[in-house]
Amino acid sequence: MTTAALRRPPRGLVVGAVAVAIPVALPLAYLAYVVAQDASLAWDTIWRDQTLRLLLRSSALAAAVTLGAVAVALPLSWLVTRTDLPGRRVWTVLVTLPLVIPSYIGAYLMVSALGPHGLVQDLLAEPFGVQRLPSIYGFFGAWLVLTLFTYPLVLLTVRATLARLDPQLEEAARGMGRSGWSTYRTVVLPQLMPAIGAGGLLVALYVLSDFGAVSILRFDSFTRAIYASYRASFDRIGAASLAALLVALMFVVLWLEGRTRRRFAYYRTAPGAARRPQPVRLGRWRWPALAFCATVTLLALVVPVSVLVYWSLQSVAGDPNWSEISSAAVDSVTAAGLAAVIGAVCAMPVAMLAARYPSRLAAVIERVTFTGYALPHIVVALTLVFFGTRVALPLYQTLAMLVFAFVVLLLPLAVGAMRASLLQVSPRLEEAARSVGRGPLAVLRTITAPLAAGGVAAGAALVFLTAVKELPATLVLAPIGFETLSTEIWTATSVGFYERGAIPSLVLLLISAPPLYLLTTRHQP
Amino acid sequence: MPRKAALLFVTALCSLGLASCGGSDDSSSGPLTVYSGRSEELIGPLVSRYEASSGNDVEVRYGDTSELASTILEEGDNSPADLFFSQDAGALGALEKEGLLTELPADLVDDVDRRYRSRAGRWVPTSARARVVAYNRDRVKRSELPRSILGFTDERWKGRIGWAPTNGSFQAFVTALRLLRGEGGARDWLEGIVANDPEVFDDNEPIRDALAKGELDVGFINHYYVAQARAEEGADYPVEVYFPPGGDPGSLVNVAGIGILESSDKQEEAERFTQFMHSREAQEHFARDVKEYPVAAGVAADRRLVPLERIQQPSLDLSNLDDLRGTLTLIRESGAL
Repeated sequence: MTTAALRRPPRGLVVGAVAVAIPVALPLAYLAYVVAQDASLAWDTIWRDQTLRLLLRSSALAAAVTLGAVAVALPLSWLVTRTDLPGRRVWTVLVTLPLVIPSYIGAYLMVSALGPHGLVQDLLAEPFGVQRLPSIYGFFGAWLVLTLFTYPLVLLTVRATLARLDPQLEEAARGMGRSGWSTYRTVVLPQLMPAIGAGGLLVALYVLSDFGAVSILRFDSFTRAIYASYRASFDRIGAASLAALLVALMFVVLWLEGRTRRRFAYYRTAPGAARRPQPVRLGRWRWPALAFCATVTLLALVVPVSVLVYWSLQSVAGDPNWSEISSAAVDSVTAAGLAAVIGAVCAMPVAMLAARYPSRLAAVIERVTFTGYALPHIVVALTLVFFGTRVALPLYQTLAMLVFAFVVLLLPLAVGAMRASLLQVSPRLEEAARSVGRGPLAVLRTITAPLAAGGVAAGAALVFLTAVKELPATLVLAPIGFETLSTEIWTATSVGFYERGAIPSLVLLLISAPPLYLLTTRHQP
Repeated sequence: MPRKAALLFVTALCSLGLASCGGSDDSSSGPLTVYSGRSEELIGPLVSRYEASSGNDVEVRYGDTSELASTILEEGDNSPADLFFSQDAGALGALEKEGLLTELPADLVDDVDRRYRSRAGRWVPTSARARVVAYNRDRVKRSELPRSILGFTDERWKGRIGWAPTNGSFQAFVTALRLLRGEGGARDWLEGIVANDPEVFDDNEPIRDALAKGELDVGFINHYYVAQARAEEGADYPVEVYFPPGGDPGSLVNVAGIGILESSDKQEEAERFTQFMHSREAQEHFARDVKEYPVAAGVAADRRLVPLERIQQPSLDLSNLDDLRGTLTLIRESGAL
């Protein structure tokens, strides 16, 4: 029984969330401003047949990748949390690792490995006389590559929820004579829906905003049209009107995701500590289960990393510039690390408001923070160029600006992780503390924050992992001479020296290991 | 313990961040700032030599030509850039059209052949490149190639062509086609090629590599991509170039060049930098390392290239290649994008 006073969010929280939402919504203001410059031209751009066709293509890809990612992540997360799968802990790390491979690198490596006359075909050509593999280009290739490198986003959210589900419900269902599958479908799956929705949302919006992978895999997507507007004709109005359409699509996706969030409690209400469920014995099924884990790992991790290692070995012979690579590593860690810390801090009030005081305002704020994440990075970068040179010139092209750009681009990753962990903390504890006279901020500090700390760390880690591989905004907004690993990779590959990009790519993967470790060991049952 | 370690890490990061944020911020006496759409690989060594010989500091932001041009367009008068080093004439034309480039002194403009420079004298070329029809000689005989690029709309080229409709050089070529053959002619060509089901690429290099692997028969690219690969791979390299004769639009010669921003307060310094890019040293670098055609200081092109004088290029004012909006509309309407 909560009183109205307890349900009303503390004013400080609302002010904090609004203060975060306004700068993060700058791309919306920019798009509105540019489109208003010539509304009729914007209208013409939007109403071309081409535009609709591309929008449908991109939506289809986003839907297919999201389904694919869920189809891969759901069984994987169950296997690594709830069964006696041999080598469970090792698999947990291995199947999460593809998250750190930037999709543009992943796409390029896939083409090198599986494309026409790629490494795999060369291997098969001699003994088996294979002349042609099925084409990696187009919809199928884009779907495969994006699924392989985004499914960990679903895996992370689902695994965290699975690990903490109260086994009593399942045991009760089994006790009443339900079969294992029926229990899973009626008891476990509904409780996983919000996690699937949250992970799927991140995947869908990532696919809509991605440019690198689709351009390498020659899939004609909506983002390609946006980039083409800038590249071909410096047509910022056309580009902005297309980007505005993408934002509209983002709100549709957010609405769909909202429908997966059922209104029930995800925290335990019964007394006593959450028990660890008895692992399911796989028996003979462990062989197909192992084969499944191995196939995913092979495609998403072993193939790309092998190509990188092969090229690195070739490039080591060419005496790589180690001091340049190590200074790039320092710059990468600095920028991504700052973005992780600041992103986590900014995400707190937004996640807190969304999880504890759901209201129309909270929903608007949470959705608006997705804008930067759903837009192609070049649009966000140019937004910050526009505002940076007009209202924050002393900060323009400084490290502060770059970090701010990362926060605008990646905030939803942190908000999502935090919101999920807050939902698993019972508000009764907070209410109890308030009822004995503690102020809202004191409750936040002494009760909520420590309990949700895991979510904060996970959010920061996700922001770090994604910021460290960011390229388009870095090229435009970083201080001159601030060279990150991703700009090093770009410098090498843009002039065709793919081997030279391999060592920075491997260093990028190594740097990502500690935050990834943090993510995968959390909630380890 | 891990919490303490994390705290330490955060503190270290924040202090690092603050240290780098608080860097000095002097604009008028600081180094010359260049936005370069040309790669560090190509420009970096020249910039170092310029710094050594002039004693002035130069800072370069490397990026994609059109993204940097878009950045300058957003920055407007507050652009930190003094000078824009562009990969193609189109991006320079776009900045010129917005009134962002300053008029260059006559001696700088007179360094170069008038065919390759801005008519308004607001940007100058630094090197030239030719559009070519590249083909795999194992799959196509030279005698099979049509006399004009317009001939590739013939049905027998169906499924054999590679092109990059989003590439700046390609679009400059389409603009030239519009100027030379009219809107209708350009539209017919684009629709004819689209009807032949071409393979779409993002850039020239993958087209060249697909040609070398025998995945394609012909591709529309720039001459130096083939020249560079040939220099590395030797005479066995199966990709050849073909210049359609008789002033054909398929043999368009385009340039990379420099424009100085009107908003820059280092005009003289920027002019000195531009002059250096016209020096013998720089021109030889472009000719030798990238296999482009030099445009100043009497430097000769790589001897394995078809000499610039022998290319029967269309007669055209490159400044007119800046109408990209019309070109893009045409490319879009033809279904190529």
